[in-house]
Amino acid sequence: MFDLTTLTIKEAAHLLAKKQVKAKELAQASVKRAKELNAKLNSFITISEDLALTQAEKVDQLIADNQKLNPLAGIPIGVKDIYSTEGIKTTAGSKVLENYVPVYDATAIARLKGADAVIIGKTNHDAWAHGASGENSDFGLTKNPYDLTRVPGGSSSGSAAAVASSACLAATGTDTGGSIRLPAAFCNLVGLKPTYGRVSRYGVIAMASSLDSIGHFTKTVCDNVLFLNVTAGRDHLDATTSGTKVDDYTKDTEKGVKDLKIGIPKEYFKDLDIKIKELTLKAVKTLEKLGAKVEEVSLPHTQYGVATYYIIQPSEVSSNLARYDGIRFGKAREAFGAEAKRRIILGTYTLSAGYYDAYYLKAMKVRRLIKEDFDNVFKRVDALICPTSPTLPFKLGEKVDDPLQMYLSDIFTVTQNLAGVPSLNIPCGFIQDLPVGMQIVGPHFSEKLLYQVGYAYEQETKWYKRKPKLLI
Amino acid sequence: MVRYEPIIGLEVHIELSTASKMFCACNADYFSANPNTHVCPVCLGLPGAMPHANKKAIELAQLFGLALGCKLNNFSKFDRKNYFYPDLAKGFQISQYDLPFSQNGKVEIKTGDKTKKIGITRAHLEEDTGKLTHTQVDGRNVTLIDFNRSGVPLLEIVTEPDMRSAQEAKAYAQSLQQIARYIGASDADMEKGSMRIEPNVSLRPISRHSEPFNVIASETKQSQGKLREESHSKKQKKDSSSKFTLNAVNMTQNDTWLPEYKVELKNINSFRFAEKAIEYEIKRQGQILDSGKIPAQETRGWNENRQATVSQRSKEFAHDYRYFPEPDLPPLEFDQKYLNRLISQLPELPDKKLERFRKEFALGSYDAEILTRSRELADFFEEAAKAGKKHGIGSKRLANELINKKTDIEKILPAEFVLQIYKTSQAAQIPDDELDKIIRDVLSQNIKAAEDYKKGKKTSVEFLIGQVQKMTKGATNPQKVKELLLNKLK
Repeated sequence: MFDLTTLTIKEAAHLLAKKQVKAKELAQASVKRAKELNAKLNSFITISEDLALTQAEKVDQLIADNQKLNPLAGIPIGVKDIYSTEGIKTTAGSKVLENYVPVYDATAIARLKGADAVIIGKTNHDAWAHGASGENSDFGLTKNPYDLTRVPGGSSSGSAAAVASSACLAATGTDTGGSIRLPAAFCNLVGLKPTYGRVSRYGVIAMASSLDSIGHFTKTVCDNVLFLNVTAGRDHLDATTSGTKVDDYTKDTEKGVKDLKIGIPKEYFKDLDIKIKELTLKAVKTLEKLGAKVEEVSLPHTQYGVATYYIIQPSEVSSNLARYDGIRFGKAREAFGAEAKRRIILGTYTLSAGYYDAYYLKAMKVRRLIKEDFDNVFKRVDALICPTSPTLPFKLGEKVDDPLQMYLSDIFTVTQNLAGVPSLNIPCGFIQDLPVGMQIVGPHFSEKLLYQVGYAYEQETKWYKRKPKLLI
Repeated sequence: MVRYEPIIGLEVHIELSTASKMFCACNADYFSANPNTHVCPVCLGLPGAMPHANKKAIELAQLFGLALGCKLNNFSKFDRKNYFYPDLAKGFQISQYDLPFSQNGKVEIKTGDKTKKIGITRAHLEEDTGKLTHTQVDGRNVTLIDFNRSGVPLLEIVTEPDMRSAQEAKAYAQSLQQIARYIGASDADMEKGSMRIEPNVSLRPISRHSEPFNVIASETKQSQGKLREESHSKKQKKDSSSKFTLNAVNMTQNDTWLPEYKVELKNINSFRFAEKAIEYEIKRQGQILDSGKIPAQETRGWNENRQATVSQRSKEFAHDYRYFPEPDLPPLEFDQKYLNRLISQLPELPDKKLERFRKEFALGSYDAEILTRSRELADFFEEAAKAGKKHGIGSKRLANELINKKTDIEKILPAEFVLQIYKTSQAAQIPDDELDKIIRDVLSQNIKAAEDYKKGKKTSVEFLIGQVQKMTKGATNPQKVKELLLNKLK
């Protein structure tokens, strides 16, 4: 009747509308697969079977009543365990919140529920979203479905592994310095880091408030569009959400790239792994073949990205984690893991009197220069293509004892967070059977354009059809 | 023997009386509500919750700034003040650091016949904390937290160290309370805790070259740069090179010099306690200085039972609050149109009103001061004065009636109040012989009541007074009628 491993949201929505499949059947199949695979992958911290089935039954009733439904209605999705979900345990991947059950839904969750999406569970991730590999979860590491000896990328590790292994058809993530794009690249997925302020952060447990972007993973570009159409928009509970008009992202997806100007920022290719470089430039050639105009551009402050990021981010982390004192909920502060403690100490230091000007204030100034780099370059080109990760998915354990190497995994992704611009990871091939992704970066609120470019490339290559062998 | 003069600055916290809290939609009126009933994810600091600012609170804060003669900033923002305390849900307080809504104001105070201007450093908006109660439950010592107060908008008003006596500090605090009530920003009730005052007190030796009780407002103005510490302490830090030792007091120091220590006083919930605590401190610090020591930099609380201040916490090392801009709240920009609208909303303030009353109604300072103490009384008087004109009753007469008879202005309308006075004066105008005739008529028509009275039923006289009032259509003074009646009934 249907094969979850090849199903997309678009196809599933079609089957549901034609009444060829029931939402409950989809939910059951999804939950079953999630449970079966969890022993191998550890994608989920919580599988909320009962709530999922209740929600699916409601959707079936709506379909039976011929109600007009959102394309996400009845679609099984995973939710990163850092999104507050009313009545479902929300751990942030940390023992501190091991038994914490929120009394309210994050705005993004409320919107997804409003669209009748079916949440099948809460996905694993690096504790507090601190990490690039998924190995920093207090609930065990997650494995890459394409190679069980390798990391799926982090911090949204479980969400990526869950969608890549077809335990669900989409999953939410958060991207503060690459936490959606990196795992999307490592798991052959389409992953969006929206413009800062496009999707509400309310109810998503904060990592670094001025950088956190609320995005998601899907198998295809079209699916990704449908998801953003639900989550995007102003929220009065998040004062940093933008009043800028929300596009209908389903429009123009198929418009093609003819005459679009694509910039290739030279700083991202300088010392890049030769094979990743070849693959990325091959993708650029494909776009050129489709009619895009390509030129080399420069983002001169790129080299300061990681240093700037590792001042601002821990500063905000140190303040955001202060509420976990064990008084009102959760465990006391000794339950924090090493990485959270490291960032609390770093951030406390950089905000301290006498150091504030030298670190935080200086970093904020560099941040502005980085943002101006993007503003300037987008006067010349419509979008940028650059690598997502400097390396292939690395071996489990390879970087766990070397925080600096782990931090450098984000070298190509942190600058977009600092600038607040949107970026879409698109699969661009395989090296030694391991997925490789590339980023399409655009000006603020240009998500529609990113989808347009991504879709054109995807139609030419269809990398999403290559499934993890181990799991079929 | 070295003489000292007190250097006093005040930090005053005033809760703004908005309907909802500063950063969430919870009801801000927590007084006497059951614990933890006015709470939500935001003011409980639950994971993921984010603040959104209350526009009304910002307007009130700015209006207050205007009332204090401050300059309003066109560009402002909120900052995080990071510190741990169990009553602080998020582990930081949202406050304002280097760009408060208003800065650089002045408030005029009166002590005796002297007036003096107290410099206002800044007025910034922040959120209140929860409330701790130390008690026993099942025989165990516990601390209970009520978060109803958490997130209530709180305006902090900081002065320059301009006050030189407990009386000046008290006068300043009372003046702030009056302004808060005038502009409708707060009931500023010390007992309820909606106004809290924290005096900073230190002593300096009186130099030969300066007058002891001089006004020094202009010279001590804070420089407008970034400050990493609370205003008063920063300046002291900056000046700490000038060592304050008794055998080498630098007599060329001018009035801008501040002692290198200060004592912050807390736990003060009335103006009287503030006065007593400051006076106690002045005496205590003087004795320490006399003995050749320097008082410790610390926070002390007023203990009413002991009639003394007691050490609460050492402040030798200034708290590092690690301020940084609140990333969850975008910075705020105010255009001139908005600021002009605020300026137009500012009501007439007590000192202006007092002057006007003196001139417009030809009142003495004493009367004008009493009548302008509260806006309600002032408004009542003005309404009454208007009504008085119709009946030819002068404003002076109305002022006397209001002040001397302690009229309850909540129970009567100004027009009625005037009418009463009018009727009373009419009564006096009914000629005595006419009134005498009316009384005789009433007595002859109500023989039974008159006899009842003579038999001892004293209440009958009230009935007779009523009858006279009826005949004169109320235009008589009942007291006078009673006297006349009793004479006749003897």
